[in-house]
Amino acid sequence: MNDDKLIIAGHEFHSRFILGSGKYSLSLIEAAVKYAGAEIITCAVRRANTKEQENILDYIPKGVTLLPNTSGARNADEAVRIARLARELGCGDFVKIEIMRDTKYLLPDNAETVKATEILAKEGFIVMPYMYPDLNTARDLVNAGAASVMPLASPIGSNKGLATKDFIQILIDEIDLPIIVDAGIGRPSQACEAMEMGAAAVMSNTALATAGDLPVMAGAFKQAIEAGRAAYLSGLGRVLVRGASPSDTLTGFLHD
Amino acid sequence: MENEFLIDSDALSPEALKRKHQLENDPSCRTDHMAYMEGQEQIKSDIREKVMSAVADYDPAQYTGADVLHALEKQTLSVEDLKALLSPAAEPFLERMAERARIETRKHFGNTVYLFTPLYIANYCENYCVYCGFNCYNHIRRMKLTAEQIEHEMQVIAESGMEEILILTGESRSKSDIKYIGEACKLARKYFRMVGIEIYPVNTEDYRYLHECGVDYVTVFQETYDTDKYETLHLAGHKRVWPYRFEAQERALMGGMRGVACSALLGLSDFRKDALASALHVYYLQRKYPHAEVSLSCPRLRPIINNGKINPHDVGERQLCQILCAYRIFLPFAGITVSSRESAAFRNGIVKIAATKISAGVSTGIGDHESKYTGKENSEEGDAQFEIADNRSLAQMYRDMKAEGLQPVLNDYLYV
Repeated sequence: MNDDKLIIAGHEFHSRFILGSGKYSLSLIEAAVKYAGAEIITCAVRRANTKEQENILDYIPKGVTLLPNTSGARNADEAVRIARLARELGCGDFVKIEIMRDTKYLLPDNAETVKATEILAKEGFIVMPYMYPDLNTARDLVNAGAASVMPLASPIGSNKGLATKDFIQILIDEIDLPIIVDAGIGRPSQACEAMEMGAAAVMSNTALATAGDLPVMAGAFKQAIEAGRAAYLSGLGRVLVRGASPSDTLTGFLHD
Repeated sequence: MENEFLIDSDALSPEALKRKHQLENDPSCRTDHMAYMEGQEQIKSDIREKVMSAVADYDPAQYTGADVLHALEKQTLSVEDLKALLSPAAEPFLERMAERARIETRKHFGNTVYLFTPLYIANYCENYCVYCGFNCYNHIRRMKLTAEQIEHEMQVIAESGMEEILILTGESRSKSDIKYIGEACKLARKYFRMVGIEIYPVNTEDYRYLHECGVDYVTVFQETYDTDKYETLHLAGHKRVWPYRFEAQERALMGGMRGVACSALLGLSDFRKDALASALHVYYLQRKYPHAEVSLSCPRLRPIINNGKINPHDVGERQLCQILCAYRIFLPFAGITVSSRESAAFRNGIVKIAATKISAGVSTGIGDHESKYTGKENSEEGDAQFEIADNRSLAQMYRDMKAEGLQPVLNDYLYV
């Protein structure tokens, strides 16, 4: 277990919890790092585009990888411009592509996401696209140079858990990049389930941001993700999903 | 308390007074408020028909407590549910509505509250809207800031830490033309991260120009969606044309703006119908333009210079709270702005339930930010549009919001 690492484009991480950026507050960042063990924190570039005394960038602890996202982009062109701005702001080479042209459900636009991924990967970004879990799109993202694929579990902020479970499982089974479950994870048990399925990591924000006791909930997520990962590595997926082995073999009657 | 809007000023010439009285007393001398004036763009849209047919069918008295409870149990509310939540039958369930509204607000916006300030750059106006302090027959100190004065005001505001600004003018196309407003917006981009406008409605091409000047958000208040009542309140000027105003948000989006805001001015007509229309205006706009960031305001009538008796009529704080809860539950994703027309206590309370944006460091006068922010006297100031009720500075508001357990946010926006 100790050697079990999350590897994204050659960068190694021990934690498989990633803090999302939706309901941003400064206390959330602290709790996510201290109690959930987050090593990657997302931040909307538009949110960091501020002069205010409490700039979120100043609150990202040393040693934590910043994952700027392109929220606010309505098409590939805008996402590319926001990603370039992130680089200018000194946010590094990681970028999470978020392209939405729907303000009601905030569902990602897969086609535009593939376009932006291709452009930014060529420019040397480590591209982590947020997407609706569709196998064809996921393959296009791989070909476009994505470093991971980030399917949504359910509508962002909904805390509804793995509504797209079967489709995420297909991505886990068929795509060779890390599959990071993003959006909709509302409770530790759901994060645990995603990890049991073989997800490489889980991203969450609202679940923590809206918790009664932030540090306690952050700790619960950490434990749940570690438990789910351990279960996956132990082979639980094979036993439960693909059927248990009977004690008397079905083919024991064969003699030659 | 019924409103008495009509006030005669001693400063008016006999001819002006005669014309004023004629407009007030003789409907036949007023223009057709449903007919577009020359130069006003007409677009093809079914939004007006959808909104107005729903409002026409609305009888608030027909809803019961059971309808309200049924609505509150649903995950996604229908237009009928919204009607129930806005009805008198919902009044006993205000606390339950507030609980549900709070859940939706936190789900979509977390514990953030956005802060902004308005900047009035001119108060010349060609309209006669009987309830407004800027109306052309109201005797007030008129002023239009020069580019240098605008920049100075912006510097003073920016020094306070503010990053979002809403630029406003009176509705005078001749005194405050599009170019003048555009130049103000370009200046604003130098000092602020986010620029919105609340000006007279314009054609798509003008909105496109303003967008190129750095604006991404457009607010237009319809005042009242009751067209017959509208006719009796907006007696002269371009603003008299109701449908051109109704379609302003759509033209703004067609011109490339990222977001639009709608509202009725509560207290002018039947507030339940006006609230329904406001919410549906936003609802149908978002359905037609799914990428648009939509938001609602909720201004109530306030006293103005020369008429201190103007009041929000039957829209008390409880009614306003009910409206805002209904908006939030029906439109969980929409921004809700509560202006300094409301008291500090009301705003402190409503940001914990439904509102997502409030103003701070507010002046509705012209060129008086320096005197207001620093105490430095300035003889050149234009009079205010209305009296405000919450005088808190940005620093005070920031502290107060934190004390309420909220995260104040000064900017969450990029011009792309």
